Amino acid sequence: MSADGFQTSPRTRRRYRAEKRFKALCIAALGVAGVFMALFFSDMIRKGYTAFAQTKIQAEVTYNERSVEIPLAAVGEDVRHLVSRGWLRQIPNHVEADPSLMGQTVTRWIVADSTVDQYIKGQHTQLDDEQKAVVDRLVENDRAQLGFNWTFFTNGDSKMPEIAGIKSAVVGSLYTLLVTMLVSFPIGVMTAVYLEEFAGDNRVSRAIEVNINNLAAVPSILYGLLGLAVFINFFGVPRSSALAGGLTLALMTLPIIIISTRAALRAVPDSIREGAFGVGASRLQVVAHHVLPLSLPGILTGSIIGLAQAMGETAPLLIVGMMAFIPDAPGGFTDAATVLPAQIFTWASEPERAFAALTAAGILVLLVVLLALNGVAVWLRKRYEKRW
Amino acid sequence: MAPGQVIFYFLAGLLPLVLVAFLIGRQRALTTAGDIPLHSRPGYYGWYAVVWLAVPALIIAVAAGLLTLTGAVRVPAPMVLAAALVVAAGGLALGVRTIRPGLRARNIVEATVRWLLLAAALVSILTTLGIVVSILFEAVRFFEAVSLWQFLTGTTWSPDTAFLGGAGRGDEGNAAAEFGSVPLFAGTFMITAIAMLVALPVGLLSAIYMSEYASAKVRGATKPALEVLAGIPTVVYGFFAAITVSPWVVAAAEGIGLEASYSNALAPGLVMGIMIIPFVSSLSDDVISAIPNSMREGSFALGATPSETIKQVLVPAALPGVISAFILAISRALGETMIVVMAAGLRPNLTANPLEAMTTVTVRIVDALTGDQEFDSPQTLSAFGLGLVLFLITLALNTVSLVVVRRFHQKYE
Repeated sequence: MSADGFQTSPRTRRRYRAEKRFKALCIAALGVAGVFMALFFSDMIRKGYTAFAQTKIQAEVTYNERSVEIPLAAVGEDVRHLVSRGWLRQIPNHVEADPSLMGQTVTRWIVADSTVDQYIKGQHTQLDDEQKAVVDRLVENDRAQLGFNWTFFTNGDSKMPEIAGIKSAVVGSLYTLLVTMLVSFPIGVMTAVYLEEFAGDNRVSRAIEVNINNLAAVPSILYGLLGLAVFINFFGVPRSSALAGGLTLALMTLPIIIISTRAALRAVPDSIREGAFGVGASRLQVVAHHVLPLSLPGILTGSIIGLAQAMGETAPLLIVGMMAFIPDAPGGFTDAATVLPAQIFTWASEPERAFAALTAAGILVLLVVLLALNGVAVWLRKRYEKRW
Repeated sequence: MAPGQVIFYFLAGLLPLVLVAFLIGRQRALTTAGDIPLHSRPGYYGWYAVVWLAVPALIIAVAAGLLTLTGAVRVPAPMVLAAALVVAAGGLALGVRTIRPGLRARNIVEATVRWLLLAAALVSILTTLGIVVSILFEAVRFFEAVSLWQFLTGTTWSPDTAFLGGAGRGDEGNAAAEFGSVPLFAGTFMITAIAMLVALPVGLLSAIYMSEYASAKVRGATKPALEVLAGIPTVVYGFFAAITVSPWVVAAAEGIGLEASYSNALAPGLVMGIMIIPFVSSLSDDVISAIPNSMREGSFALGATPSETIKQVLVPAALPGVISAFILAISRALGETMIVVMAAGLRPNLTANPLEAMTTVTVRIVDALTGDQEFDSPQTLSAFGLGLVLFLITLALNTVSLVVVRRFHQKYE
């Protein structure tokens, strides 16, 4: 007897149990993906959030002839080995920027060495007990405290984790993606317009179509080989430059933009075209005045998704040399540059522990930007998509 | 001048001229017309003048660029710039004189635009040609130094020994560099197989749940959530695999009394499988959703439960699409680079034990091209040999997946 009073045979009950098992299996599959995502995001946040805070130590900085020569002499002996050596090395630059500092003693908050930073954050550290005691005293006297890590956003790469930042990589990413979009967006849209609106069903257009589908499935690293052989070795584009990387990524993004633009063009109903033809518009006028404006949201959505993909791409950029050590932001398209994912890759291979936190923090920044881009794409589609 | 600067000055000089040409052309059409009706709208005469201006200038610029690249003639960049702009102005002057009311400016402009669009479409063909030619060209140089047979059947990949020998450290044991790619491909296929063992069941079952069981609301929430997995950059997956999953695998292996390397094949394989889930699930979801409801209803009417309907009606009907998605996913896993570069090993290792370190084709490509070796050394060129094989394999897989869909695609009424 089942709950609702109907007689069910053992066979039926077995089949119903199988049904339940199968459904549970399906839910478990989705659960695997969900569990992974939860583990992944919590792990990244756990590893990365500490890098957004930074320890600073208050100390008196003496600017004189000697401290310009030997920066270590600028601060008192008690904190000499606790503050960042990278910061101290900037002392001659401070004097150069403001000569009136010479001969003065100024109280400043100085970026602490990464070992001190890790100790304050309660992580494993290489400080000895004596130094730990000094740091404890500094904290008691409010001469050492944690603050938001602005250096992470205003500095370029450095061999010293406490003053390493993502600025040069972000600027490099911007230059690279600008090249990518300037090349791939017009060419992609024009290709799609040609295939959808102008080309008949002939051998040339079929060849282009097959070709684009194939390009979309070519492993990205092969685009790197293409960029190396064609752009760098043949056309002489400077290695590791935003131009070389941007052009390589442009070819990789092209199929994505073409395919999504074609879908957007196809979504515009023929009645629109026929209406325009009916009042005497030429083919170009139909496309430029009616079809393109109507499909623009779809085209933009696809292009933003392509942009997001180019932004996270690393492998082809390694091949064209964009993993160089770049402390200063590149000043142009032909300067040596690196991009955010490549910066993440170089930090990930640094043996120092403090770099692992930086890597995870860089990843969080990249993921936030990518999620925002995808969010914009989804919003565009929801807001402007027309159902015919 | 750097090529970038030349292009910049060329465009900076041409763009104002384009504006001037447009205005002159339109004005000329309007003034010569008087009472006679124009054939096209006035703007088209403007664009007509722009065509006369830009086409000769572009021809000069491209020709000069090609000549300089092939090294036939060396013309100083400023001269080319000046020549191009002068020719542009000349073209404009000639073009403007042909403007009269009866001129079919629109037809000429549209024909030009059509050619322009075709040229844009040819860029993608050029890209494919570029990939094939650039890889093939360097690969041929590689196979001049290393026999193809040795490359395809050799089981030792030790390109560094040539380097060691040169440094005076070579002895009889490692006299010659060996380029036997079997261990690399074995590692690649091992990691791909692990990835597919994760991605196929999880992706397919998720797709089934979303298309058959989930309500529209649940579907609307889970589908974009799964797509997030596809949007995570591979370098991020690589970091996660190397720094989090690998130690887990090692710990788990120790727990059952096995020894695992920190650069084992299992960690990158599992993470790659997760990465590919949305790829499998969204393609399968599309195919399953495309099956008409009449087939489901027919099955239900015979008394089948939903799971029986899925297993005996829907999956068989969707099979070609699912298989093609599976093949595409394999091709993506084979070419995946960052996860294996960061989490798999660098040492070629021919083994069937996924807990050992092994390397892949893509790892060795990156390694060969980011080192300090000279470009002409066999070690660097080996990247192109490996790239060629990788390209051929993925091309074959893509073609097969297309053929599967075409041959077995069900047409529903």
